[in-house]
Amino acid sequence: MSHLASKVLPISNSQKVDLSHIAGMTLDDFLDYTLEATEHGVRLSAFFAHPVEGNLMRLWAILVYDHQSLVLPVYTDLAQDSYPSLTPYCPQAHWFEREILEQCGIKPEGHPWLKPIRFHRPFCRRSNAGPDDESAPPQVGSTDFFHMEGEEIHEVAVGPVHAGIIEPGHFRFQCHGENVFHLEISLGYQYRGIERALTAEPGRRAIHYMETAAGDTTIGHTLAYCQAMESLGGTQVPPRAQALRGIALELERIANHTGDLGALAGDVGYLPTLSYCGRIRGDVLNMTAMLCGNRFGRGFLRPGGTAYDVEPERRDTLLKRLDAVERDLAVAVNLMWKAPSVLARFEGTGTVERKVCDAIGLVGPAARASGANRDIRKDMPLGIFQFAQVPVSTWDSGDVFARGYVRWLEIQQSISFIREQLESLPGGSVLSTPGNPAPHHLTISLVEGWRGEICHVAISDAGGNFTRYKIIDPSFHNWFGLAYALRDQQISDFPLCNKSFNLSYCGHDL
Amino acid sequence: MNTPSLILPFLALILSPLLVGIVNRTKAFFAGRTGQPLFQLYFDLAKLLRKGAVYSKTTSWIFRAGPVVQLAAAITALFVLPWGGASAPFHFNGDLILLAYLMGLMRFFTVLAALDTGSAFEGMGASREVQFSALAEPALLVGLAAAAHAGHDHIAPPLGNFQGALSLSGIYSSLSMDAWLSSGPALLMVAGALFVVFLAENSRIPFDDPNTHLELTMIHEVMILDHGGPDLAMILYGASLKMWLLGSLTAGLIVPVRTGNAWLDASAVFAGLCFLALLTGVVESTMARLRLLRVPQLLVSAGFLSTLALILLLWR
Repeated sequence: MSHLASKVLPISNSQKVDLSHIAGMTLDDFLDYTLEATEHGVRLSAFFAHPVEGNLMRLWAILVYDHQSLVLPVYTDLAQDSYPSLTPYCPQAHWFEREILEQCGIKPEGHPWLKPIRFHRPFCRRSNAGPDDESAPPQVGSTDFFHMEGEEIHEVAVGPVHAGIIEPGHFRFQCHGENVFHLEISLGYQYRGIERALTAEPGRRAIHYMETAAGDTTIGHTLAYCQAMESLGGTQVPPRAQALRGIALELERIANHTGDLGALAGDVGYLPTLSYCGRIRGDVLNMTAMLCGNRFGRGFLRPGGTAYDVEPERRDTLLKRLDAVERDLAVAVNLMWKAPSVLARFEGTGTVERKVCDAIGLVGPAARASGANRDIRKDMPLGIFQFAQVPVSTWDSGDVFARGYVRWLEIQQSISFIREQLESLPGGSVLSTPGNPAPHHLTISLVEGWRGEICHVAISDAGGNFTRYKIIDPSFHNWFGLAYALRDQQISDFPLCNKSFNLSYCGHDL
Repeated sequence: MNTPSLILPFLALILSPLLVGIVNRTKAFFAGRTGQPLFQLYFDLAKLLRKGAVYSKTTSWIFRAGPVVQLAAAITALFVLPWGGASAPFHFNGDLILLAYLMGLMRFFTVLAALDTGSAFEGMGASREVQFSALAEPALLVGLAAAAHAGHDHIAPPLGNFQGALSLSGIYSSLSMDAWLSSGPALLMVAGALFVVFLAENSRIPFDDPNTHLELTMIHEVMILDHGGPDLAMILYGASLKMWLLGSLTAGLIVPVRTGNAWLDASAVFAGLCFLALLTGVVESTMARLRLLRVPQLLVSAGFLSTLALILLLWR
């Protein structure tokens, strides 16, 4: 890349780096570099700000260069309360910049869609900004929604209370008959202030925040946190724990993908796959419960390794159950791929082309369904994935079928991975004593959760506490993808498209 | 008017929720689930009747009248509905039009009550319902006309003195084995068309999904979201009667048992109805819903099937 490249310190996944080794850029250089990088296929994994000494705001862009397995953290220190927005040139920055305004009160000038995303008061402002405004925050969901005028245009508002047992979110459709012109998604109902809590009072509560950041991604987020803590503390994770972590991560993937495939079948009224997948998902969750006593994997991962070991008898039972899951799942899911009426609904519905997928920075199965060959397990392998490769599953049609089929391919890869790992578990202990976090360091921990790339950025202060702990759930990247996928679709296909993304509300809202 | 034809409509009032039970049991069997009991709809109705109803302040008397009119229309329709060879308590030339428009009245009031709520969802459901039923109606009426023509020469003695045969009781009494032997292919096409109408009008898969919770995809269910308690009970019961009505028209056609004994004929039609419910369960278990854009195409092809049957019979 440009002359600026020499100023950037490339690091790898969960490699800690002393803050003094990273040189700050001027604002112009920072913006130029970020734009140029994203134009060349580098992804914006995180973009956030936090206050630093001297009454400045430090703006961080965490760029991920998948093909080179490199993470490029760059920053600039802002003295003023605004900067020129990146979004008009780099749509990936869209939600990040809205978040920066909401969290830190820094305004991206020229942002085309500057609305609140979580509806809370800023909590991360420069030091002379005065005390935080603790008055009641704005009503969630009350903002200027995009609105179309016209004789035959009608508006449909869905949520935040939905008919199913799902999380709250508000969706506004601008429709012409059954056709959707535009969908606007407004979230924030699940905002709990996790990032703020992690800066204010980290310590023993932190791991519990991680386990509940997104309930269905307990292992994914906790693993990202553990990796960050181990990196800051210089802790070596025993090989046996690394293998067990990989198994837990893949079990989570299988359980959620299975549930999604069943739900996709249910949304088009195809009952056999719906019923069987619902049951099999439970079987897989029970396998996670065998590892640690909790079906979602809470309490299993701890900085330094895993809290529980697997003795030979339980390992054998797990292997037996894995065989049963593989057998049942193949029958249940293939039933669906062989039903023409199902394929007629899936194919060509909610298409996201590769170009759009890259421009808005989709991650996970949604990106791989648009043909993007990226997967943190392959691009930035850590732990067990450095030794055991999981082949990346892609499909290129970008529609509901592709997002479903990629999930099915991933389930099969994950089953073979788990079997291989269970059959050759390394010996030794599963937990080493975590070291104390190094002061004034930065680490970027990436995990391929079942929904996609989970990115945790930890910046420690002089005492080893967090100056800033940034969590980016894959949903944060992908919600806009759902809104895009609905353009010019039938409104009756929205639930199907929504299920094919199956994004997290609480993972987004934090 | 004889005793069986007086008693049969009341039997239908009692038995109709059973059809929904058979559909649900079949679906549970295919899905490997324990499923709900056969008599679940009876329990649901009993439960709902004990509850109070909640009415939105934006609704008017139309919203409250909706369920009552629907149920009244459905019950009235039962009295012109023959059970195969067993004729209805009331029959006159053109009563098939009355039946079709009693069902039209049901739909009209469902739609009005839905629009009365002012909800965007219910408006969407209403527009879909009206669009699809406008396409289902010709399939039904032309199909019945074809059946009337097929049975023209076979009208059984008690009703043979009818002026013409444009009464449902007349048509169905004439659809004996003889009629099937002489114009089987055409009747088969009519049966196919009537089955499509049966599925569409009763909001079954592949047209609608009676189990879905997704408002944006619903057709019929979304229109009754605001009804509760006894009102909902009336709607659910009315819907099961509608299933009985359209089911009887189909079953009476495909079961050509015309012994002259009304009880025997009626039992055969009831067996046919149970088979139809079973078939509905199988269809729902083995295929997905159509994309909403494709629904009119299937309904129009059912209309073509009816028309083709009529043309074949006129040609003969």
